[in-house]
Amino acid sequence: MAQDLAMEAPGSRSRAEASPAGQAPARRRSRTWTPFAAPSSSQNFVLASAVWALIAGCWAALSYGGVVSSMFLPTPTAVFERAVAMIGDGSLLTHALSSVQVVMIGFALSSLVAVPVGLWMGTYAPVRAAIEPVVNFIRYLPVTSFVPLFILWIGIGLQQRVTVIVFGVFFQQLVMVADSARGIARDLVNAAYTLGTKRSEVVWHIVFPATLPAILDMLRVTAGWAWTYLVVAELVAASSGLGYISLRAMRGFQVDTIFLAVLTIGFLGLVTDLFFRLLRRKLAPWAM
Amino acid sequence: MGDVIEAPSVPRAGTVRPEAGRSAALSVSNVSLVYAGGRGREVVALDRVSLDVSPNEFCVIVGPSGCGKSSLLYLIAGLNEATSGQMAVNGVSVHEPGPDRGMVFQGYTLFPWLTVRQNIEYGPKRQGMSAAERSGIVDRYLAEIGLTQFAEHYPAMLSGGMRQRVAIARALANDPGVLLMDEPFGALDSQTRATMQKLLLRIWEQHKKTVLFVTHDIDEALLLGDRVVVMSARPGRIKAELSIALPRPRSMDLALEPDFIALKRRILDLLRDEIDEEH
Ligand SMILES: Nc1ncnc2c1ncn2[C@@H]1O[C@H](COP(=O)(O)OP(=O)(O)OP(=O)(O)O)[C@@H](O)[C@H]1O
Ligand SMILES: [Mg+2]
Repeated sequence: MAQDLAMEAPGSRSRAEASPAGQAPARRRSRTWTPFAAPSSSQNFVLASAVWALIAGCWAALSYGGVVSSMFLPTPTAVFERAVAMIGDGSLLTHALSSVQVVMIGFALSSLVAVPVGLWMGTYAPVRAAIEPVVNFIRYLPVTSFVPLFILWIGIGLQQRVTVIVFGVFFQQLVMVADSARGIARDLVNAAYTLGTKRSEVVWHIVFPATLPAILDMLRVTAGWAWTYLVVAELVAASSGLGYISLRAMRGFQVDTIFLAVLTIGFLGLVTDLFFRLLRRKLAPWAM
Repeated sequence: MGDVIEAPSVPRAGTVRPEAGRSAALSVSNVSLVYAGGRGREVVALDRVSLDVSPNEFCVIVGPSGCGKSSLLYLIAGLNEATSGQMAVNGVSVHEPGPDRGMVFQGYTLFPWLTVRQNIEYGPKRQGMSAAERSGIVDRYLAEIGLTQFAEHYPAMLSGGMRQRVAIARALANDPGVLLMDEPFGALDSQTRATMQKLLLRIWEQHKKTVLFVTHDIDEALLLGDRVVVMSARPGRIKAELSIALPRPRSMDLALEPDFIALKRRILDLLRDEIDEEH
């Protein structure tokens, strides 16, 4: 690829030779801005670190420099001290675990149902005809508007937060899986039939593996949404969790704690993302 | 082509229709196919096509692009339903696809999530063959298509020609009675194409299969076929049938024989008329 680009067209070469200054060797183009060029891990690391450093630098300048009052923007030192304190007494871990538990239960419940139902929906027209209108109706309802109703029905326990996550994520997952399943190459199914696959086997033997890379990408994206809905649920009604400590900290004007909670959620999100990337590499090595 | 996900109609034991080509392995009678493309976009892809292929016959179809060759193969494979007419395989009428009719598709249809080995093994596995038996068959076909070293590769890592060779091996490994091949060698370079033609002839002679083979290449048609069927375009009809009595085993040396040249000229003339009519 890079070599192709670096080569000159035969026409321009002969013109260059004819010109008096025609000795210049073909200039090698840098790969950096070649569209879709293979990434280089050292370059990626430098670029990512630079952006992190820039954000941290702005934060430090604004807070240490006193541009923004420490009542609204904590200094990195304050957040660090808060982190040491809350890790020390174990409260950060307790709240983080509480949040992680809710996200995992809600996300797993939702995914375990959305993936098979989505595959059926994408494969069988009657299933789609039956549930698609309802799904599309619910999908556009703002989850937040249901939180009061859920509190009324379910209370403020674990079940309520899990319900909010499931409600927020499930219908989107369903539509994404169904669309991927519907989009697979029909000739894959046709080829499978001529090799003796029965109609009842098509979903499991063809549609599922053909859709697997898209399913794993979908899980990675919707895991992020699950965290969003978790915090929504915890802000309104919870007695533990990272969203809950943020809300409590707001009442006491402890911006350092809010920052710590937000940073922790961001960090857990990063770990989740990495997990799904590794999972995709493991489960779908054919589609890199 | 190829938006056919549903296997048409209910699974049902085929009805024996002895009146339709008693001795034919494959019989197509008066089959028409109209694609409903919506207002004013109907396409009559096939118009009352009739064709009988005898057991173990190698029948080749040639015709201009878009004349319905692929459509006809899809119908015989049971992947699409004819608008009218009947089809039967070994006297059993065709209602749904089945492993008795293997197909090599015009486009790439390898399963991307399976390795080369697993792709070839797919059919035998569906038929419940034991792992030991399967691996014997797979090894043999891997050797025949020259891809033993690529057994554990995924299709995405292969070249276009390599993928098509695997697709052919996948269809053959399932040992279908009727083999439907839709321009299987179209994407191959001339050396590989010649190797694959030889391989196909050898397998056909050894295993005695009924083959229906679509190609654009007249030399290929004459090298392989017992009979060449020439189709005309829009609506797709059978225009002429030529029986090819060249002695077997054949090789491309035949291309210089007067008989070969005479047949080639006739087919070219038939096709040229078609193309002239188009313009
Ligand atoms: N799914 C489809 N829907 C509507 N029309 C179709 C469809 N598939 C094929 N056709 C039409 O049917 C005709 C025959 O198509 P077909 O693919 O069978 O041709 P072919 O002989 O295989 O051509 P080629 O040699 O280019 O592969 C074409 O005119 C095409 O436009
Ligand atoms: Mg075709």
